[in-house]
Amino acid sequence: MAKTDSNDFAQKRPLSPHLSVYRPMMTMMMSIAHRITGVALYVGMAVLGLFLLGAALGSSAFSLVSWLGSGFIGATLVFLITWAIFHHILGGVRHAFWDRGLYMDPKGREFLALGTLIGGVAMTVILWTARLLVG
Amino acid sequence: MVEFTLPKNSVIGEGKVWPKPDGATALREFRIYRYDPDTQNNPRIDTYFVDISDCGPMVLDAIIWIKNKIDSTLTFRRSCREGICGSCSMNIDGANTLACIKGMDQIEGVIKLYPLPHMGVVKDLVPDLTIFYEQHAAIEPWLHAADDPKTERLQSPAERAKLDGLYECILCACCSTSCPSYWWNSDQYLGPAALLQAHRWISDSRDEATDERLDYIDDTFRLYRCHTIMNCTKACPKHLEPAKAIAELKNLAIARSQS
Repeated sequence: MAKTDSNDFAQKRPLSPHLSVYRPMMTMMMSIAHRITGVALYVGMAVLGLFLLGAALGSSAFSLVSWLGSGFIGATLVFLITWAIFHHILGGVRHAFWDRGLYMDPKGREFLALGTLIGGVAMTVILWTARLLVG
Repeated sequence: MVEFTLPKNSVIGEGKVWPKPDGATALREFRIYRYDPDTQNNPRIDTYFVDISDCGPMVLDAIIWIKNKIDSTLTFRRSCREGICGSCSMNIDGANTLACIKGMDQIEGVIKLYPLPHMGVVKDLVPDLTIFYEQHAAIEPWLHAADDPKTERLQSPAERAKLDGLYECILCACCSTSCPSYWWNSDQYLGPAALLQAHRWISDSRDEATDERLDYIDDTFRLYRCHTIMNCTKACPKHLEPAKAIAELKNLAIARSQS
């Protein structure tokens, strides 16, 4: 659609700095985090698939995937995946409000952005605390 | 296209530290992006010291002071010095705004000035706004209505009120150049400023081209590259809400496709 003028100067113009100089805005950071958790959940869903596959194949297969998930690396991965799920779900709720033009005012948008961050962490902690208590 | 790093010719180097003014007691340090198209050199950051007891309170006052008293080659756009012309838009202290209405007392420590982000730099703080203006022209920012009306095109106060928050845009480009989506796709995404103006004409009770206007913007790239990052609304020096205008445009486009 748009074309730049094609003279020599326009071709040689340097690009002004962007990401490296822009102050990290809360809403921008949460947008980036939404992207990252979304991509990470592709891996997360593969891990979930592995558990389901183990459950479907029988007790020996299931005990193998359970063992993988109970080691330090496996448990950390599962912990991070649960956080990514909660963070991404809350991010989705935030976008559902904004897509309707709601809570876009200065207070509302900061509240929703911060709420995504804090809520995601809080829900993860609550889930894992409950799991530890249940045993 | 998403590219996080700067091209080779755009990497910023360390520039000159200009001497402190004689006899000054109250100094503010400025670090300013410099680029001279007449040399082969990359952009650089020059350091200046401004005597704030000898100059006005705004960032624009300070750079005019620098141009008058220290370095006459420092180049920037300015005109009205009261936030209505939109010329002195730049990246100040990490966010886009107008230098003329940003007080130095609103910034802590060193004051850093860059041109509007992710734009071709003509010289120093002057970006190339060609694409930005073409995008504004692309949404046809004029009244589309039947020719030769027999009377004035009347508008009720309620209809006129729908334009509030839209018509005040001064096209300073602070919003569009604050938007990461616009950084990566400025060749296809219209950007917040042009979309806010599209909304302004769609909202106008006298305009008869709502369908054609929506036809044009209802596109994966032109409209839907907006991912509600909100930098636009936060940057707007006129306190307008481009992010909200875009959300409303999306809803209008969706409602139309469902009816």
